[in-house]
Amino acid sequence: MSPNRFIAAAALLTLLPIAGGCGPLGGEGPRSPGNATSEEKSAVTLLNVSYDPTRELYDEYNAAFASYYQRETGQPVVIEQSHGGAGKQARAVIDGVKADVVTLAIGYDIDQIAKLTDLIPPDWQTRLDNNSCPYTTTIVLLVRKGNPKGVRDWDDLVRPGVEVITPNPKTSGGARYNYLAAWGFALRKYGQDEQQARQFVAKLYSNVPVLCSGARDATIAFVEREQGDVLIAWENEALLAVKQLGPDKLQIVVPSVSILAEPPVAVVEKNAAAHGAQEAARAYLQYLYSPEGQRIVAKHFYRPCQPSYAEPEDLQRFAKVELFTVSEVFGGWPQVQAKHFSDGGLFDFLQEELAQHQ
Amino acid sequence: MEAVDGSPIWQATAWTGSAPTVRGATEDSRWLQRLLIGLSVGFLTLMLFAPLAAVFVEAFKKGPGAYFASFRDPYAWSAIRLTLLTAAVAVPANLAFGLAASWAIAKFHFRGKALLITLIDLPFAVAPVVSGLIYVLVFGMNGWFGAWLARYDVQVIFAVPGVILATMFVTFPFIARELIPLMTEQGTEEEQAAISLGANGWQTFFRVTLPNVKWALLYGVILTSARAMGEFGAVSVVSGHLRGRTNTVPLHVETLYNEYNFVAAFAVASLLAMIALATLALKTAVEWRKERELAEAARGPC
Repeated sequence: MSPNRFIAAAALLTLLPIAGGCGPLGGEGPRSPGNATSEEKSAVTLLNVSYDPTRELYDEYNAAFASYYQRETGQPVVIEQSHGGAGKQARAVIDGVKADVVTLAIGYDIDQIAKLTDLIPPDWQTRLDNNSCPYTTTIVLLVRKGNPKGVRDWDDLVRPGVEVITPNPKTSGGARYNYLAAWGFALRKYGQDEQQARQFVAKLYSNVPVLCSGARDATIAFVEREQGDVLIAWENEALLAVKQLGPDKLQIVVPSVSILAEPPVAVVEKNAAAHGAQEAARAYLQYLYSPEGQRIVAKHFYRPCQPSYAEPEDLQRFAKVELFTVSEVFGGWPQVQAKHFSDGGLFDFLQEELAQHQ
Repeated sequence: MEAVDGSPIWQATAWTGSAPTVRGATEDSRWLQRLLIGLSVGFLTLMLFAPLAAVFVEAFKKGPGAYFASFRDPYAWSAIRLTLLTAAVAVPANLAFGLAASWAIAKFHFRGKALLITLIDLPFAVAPVVSGLIYVLVFGMNGWFGAWLARYDVQVIFAVPGVILATMFVTFPFIARELIPLMTEQGTEEEQAAISLGANGWQTFFRVTLPNVKWALLYGVILTSARAMGEFGAVSVVSGHLRGRTNTVPLHVETLYNEYNFVAAFAVASLLAMIALATLALKTAVEWRKERELAEAARGPC
């Protein structure tokens, strides 16, 4: 074996992937408006950074919006998606993901982007209808078929021997709603007594064997790996899980009272302006409020802000439940965040207590 | 040829001849041998073969039609292309770096050599998540160079360059680690001889040094490629999970799994499993060729 033959073979081995991978990748680099060719000028790209359970919703909505926008303006639009825990996604935008729009779980996460960067104007929440929330949802309980543990309401989650699955409120927006829903229920039950509400929530979390990082992780742990007896979940996520994974396996328990979850949307003005996509980005969010947008929203298990636009059979799936809002019971997200979820807040305290007990 | 084939047989015969003296010791423990073999086969089955088989079982759960349909998804293809591009940049870069570093370390004496060796090992010691985070801290919008780079419209993190950088970081030591011990052991005598016979630096490198380490080098390249295509942790941190843009194959598997798309997730994961199997096959082939060449070399002087 001559050294030359060997070198040729080694070179071939290292070059092979280049030959296979280089050609079609031309357009995959980071976007830069500077070198836009005439082709790119006609098509606009939007990046929607969203939270976990909106995957299926935006899959369908993006296609609908793209054809609407091309019809209206003659400009083709390509929408890219990123999904993850809401807190993590907000962090990524702060660290430099070039999102054109954010569609996150709670207003606080978008507030954080507005506060720590100049990408989003501070008054973002007033720029679209309904506090920039084109859809809402709530928190329900998902149990195994036949409800073997007899779960009826929030009280049942603190019973000994009932394993509860809920993600970590530090990283997941949905988990923060789960926590607040239980807290709001307890306040009501114990006549607004903070001390007792706190004990109630501590008892509930002592029934949680693991804290997953995002809502979708928790759903998969509950449904696929069959961990736990009850999953506290977004209503839309629970309805989707039942549809995807079989009504013969799971059923939804609607509690006596729950929280109104308001996932907001906002244009990341500065990022969109940087590549001339402001108009498309604004139209993208505005179209969520249109009859077509609202119909798709309801189809994917979110409660539309204009129910008249949705199909009646889609609306039937939403249980009538008494809902309280974050601002009614807790005074708003900044207060909630400072009191419950900041470092050294009540949730940290509660976890320390639990760790000491074990 | 006969000499090569003959000598081990001769040795084997000679050994069998003297075997009765040691036989007792080995025969008594035959049950122990079987137990140990059984244990290790059982362990391997449980920990390695079963999960590997599970990937393919899950991937083909809804039949070959569904399996192949998973690859018609353009996002799967962009993930495959990005993974190949990443390997195509990371492997040659680390090849050049690994060769240069091990050459310097093995053939020369200089100050700070121990420090350089330690630095090469750093990626082994650092958790992959941290490897990703350090790039976010350096190149992120709020990092050291993020704002400056943004002014020139260069994006590193949450874009293809970040994915490639993180992959290069975690695969940094593989080639150097294969080469350094071998090159140190070989010493500089052959190079000195070549130079004293009038060869220049490049000639010495290509005709003497490189042929001497070729098998270790190839081995390192194979390991680097496998890791570059399979890395999850570090890439996950810097990628931003932008579908069609910064999702590599391992990240795409996670995305599909999170979308209840289990068949597609395992179908794409089966690609990674096949890369792993191909790596093993290549590695074995390289070892086999090396053995044969060493045997040929041993026969030469005789």
